[in-house]
Amino acid sequence: MKRSKLWAWIILILGALYFLLPLVATLLFSLSIRRGTYSLDAYTNVVQAPAFQQTFTFSLVVGVATIVVGLLIVVPAAYFVRLRAPQLRPIIEFVTLLPLIIPPIILVFGYIRMYNSSSLLPLTNTALGTNILLTLAYVALALPYMYRAVDTGLRTIDVQTLTEAANILGANTLTILVRVIFPNIIVAVLSGAFLTLAIVIGEFTIASLLNRPAFGVYMQNVGANRAFEPAALAVISFVITWIAMGMIQLLARFAPKTAPRTD
Amino acid sequence: MADEFLHIENLVKSFNGNTVVKSVNLAFNKGEFVTLLGPSGCGKTTILRMVAGFERPTSGTILVEGKDISPLPPNQRKIGMVFQAYALFPNMNVEDNVGFGLKIGRVPRDEARARVEEMLKLIGLSGYGKRFPFEMSGGQQQRVALARALAPKPKMLLLDEPLSALDAKIRVSLREEIRAIQRELGITTMFVTHDQEEALSISDRIVVLNAGHVEQFGTPFEIYNRPTTRFAATFVGTLNTLAAKVIDPATKSVSIDGQIAIIPSLSSAARSGDAISLTLRPEAISLANGHARDIVLDGTVSEVAFLGAVIRLKVNLGENALHLDTFNDQHSPPPRYDEKVKITFGGSDILVLGD
Ligand SMILES: Nc1ncnc2c1ncn2[C@@H]1O[C@H](COP(=O)(O)OP(=O)(O)OP(=O)(O)O)[C@@H](O)[C@H]1O
Ligand SMILES: [Mg+2]
Repeated sequence: MKRSKLWAWIILILGALYFLLPLVATLLFSLSIRRGTYSLDAYTNVVQAPAFQQTFTFSLVVGVATIVVGLLIVVPAAYFVRLRAPQLRPIIEFVTLLPLIIPPIILVFGYIRMYNSSSLLPLTNTALGTNILLTLAYVALALPYMYRAVDTGLRTIDVQTLTEAANILGANTLTILVRVIFPNIIVAVLSGAFLTLAIVIGEFTIASLLNRPAFGVYMQNVGANRAFEPAALAVISFVITWIAMGMIQLLARFAPKTAPRTD
Repeated sequence: MADEFLHIENLVKSFNGNTVVKSVNLAFNKGEFVTLLGPSGCGKTTILRMVAGFERPTSGTILVEGKDISPLPPNQRKIGMVFQAYALFPNMNVEDNVGFGLKIGRVPRDEARARVEEMLKLIGLSGYGKRFPFEMSGGQQQRVALARALAPKPKMLLLDEPLSALDAKIRVSLREEIRAIQRELGITTMFVTHDQEEALSISDRIVVLNAGHVEQFGTPFEIYNRPTTRFAATFVGTLNTLAAKVIDPATKSVSIDGQIAIIPSLSSAARSGDAISLTLRPEAISLANGHARDIVLDGTVSEVAFLGAVIRLKVNLGENALHLDTFNDQHSPPPRYDEKVKITFGGSDILVLGD
């Protein structure tokens, strides 16, 4: 008993070191732009750079757009699969996993071939068109996470009975989705949303090949040309991801209690 | 019938070639409380769901006030429904749950608020408006579900085993409450249960269903005392079956475990030597303590269950075992195990059943 507890601690500490040491090293490095003392100069440089602000805002906007478009597709799809075609679930699940199997570089080359300036739908001709393409690519990329999050949310409620209860009270499908289904899976949806945001903010391949001023591309540029700032950027993006994860945890605590009571 | 409200004609439902509702015909009167009663899988829920519009009949028609409702989707049928699993919207408080149908129906706000208040009062939960479903007991949740179903003033109320998730005591009190509210509003109601006691206690009429067809449709009194089929007789209440052999159809005499009895209702088609079975309710049989009726038989007590007001005895007559109920009498203790007793019943108490 005592021995196994000791081992558990040793493994825990080793694991923690494995994850924390590089982080601590990066953090310390990002603070040592001035010889001999720790300072936040690298951070000030990063945050004050107009390119940082522009690219970060750009990626944030694209991220939010990705979430909105993704939810508009995923929530109704997952809902109908659960309600009307549960036998399709394995197929849908497989399809939503495809973006994990197909490398983004293949995805983006496919897009460029399909939507280049000499195609039927020349999205890449304009900046707006390319931004739309980028958003759609991110929607595909986020699909595995988004679908799973929404589907998990739907699993916690009795979709069919709630739908029927609302339906017989006069509600149509849109009303049911908006007033009954969505509010009850909002926590799951938001956790999918934050995950999507974290992915989009750091994405490089697609943004770079579509030549968009995204945060991931900016980070890569800075990393290639500077020493301390990339470390500061890495710490910043870690913090952003952690905040996103923290939000998911926090939201879970405010989740509506859906557990049925039978007493 | 003058006040006919719901008319179901030749209703059939098949799932992938498996017919689960077989040509059901029913007519409900306005304001009537009708219970669909039958064993699990007999098609009760399926019939209810076709009336609600959640399932499309394979064939047949459902008329409400003379109009065919099959083209209408559920949200246009003006039907209230209560589910076994309550199905309250977890994200809304009691007020919003009850007011949901009113909001969808664009009822003006003040009017809706007053209606919600009225409904909460009706179910005895005034002051619970701000509570969320997870903060309430099952019985309270089901009452809210009832209020939610009734708030938009539906033409008809459907309840699918609304009490089966509740514990025994609440089940009884809530069923009385549902019945009282139904009477007060005069709303035509279809109630589904597989609990025969529940059905007998609250219904105006009962539909006994078996394997997708109607066995009998009648008042609780008729169903219990004049079952027309063996299924209805065995499913509702306890039924004793006595094996007998016809001795002489002319004198209507039969032999039960070697004892001779005269059965006035014996079919004239019976022939000497036929094996027949006689069916009797437990309360139709009594111990012949001096007061004998048409038929008196000797038996041996094999079980004594003291249930309080009633004592249920099991008496063996050779191969036959009969259950009989006697009232508790504080001045004379019941017979003991293995005691020899005489039992008696009237010839007219024997149920004549078709199959
Ligand atoms: N959607 C469906 N697809 C296929 N078969 C179904 C479907 N719904 C019901 N059935 C079948 O129809 C039959 C009747 O089901 P139904 O739910 O009406 O029974 P019930 O009388 O309500 O039983 P219970 O008391 O168990 O609720 C069952 O054999 C069931 O398996
Ligand atoms: Mg059922």
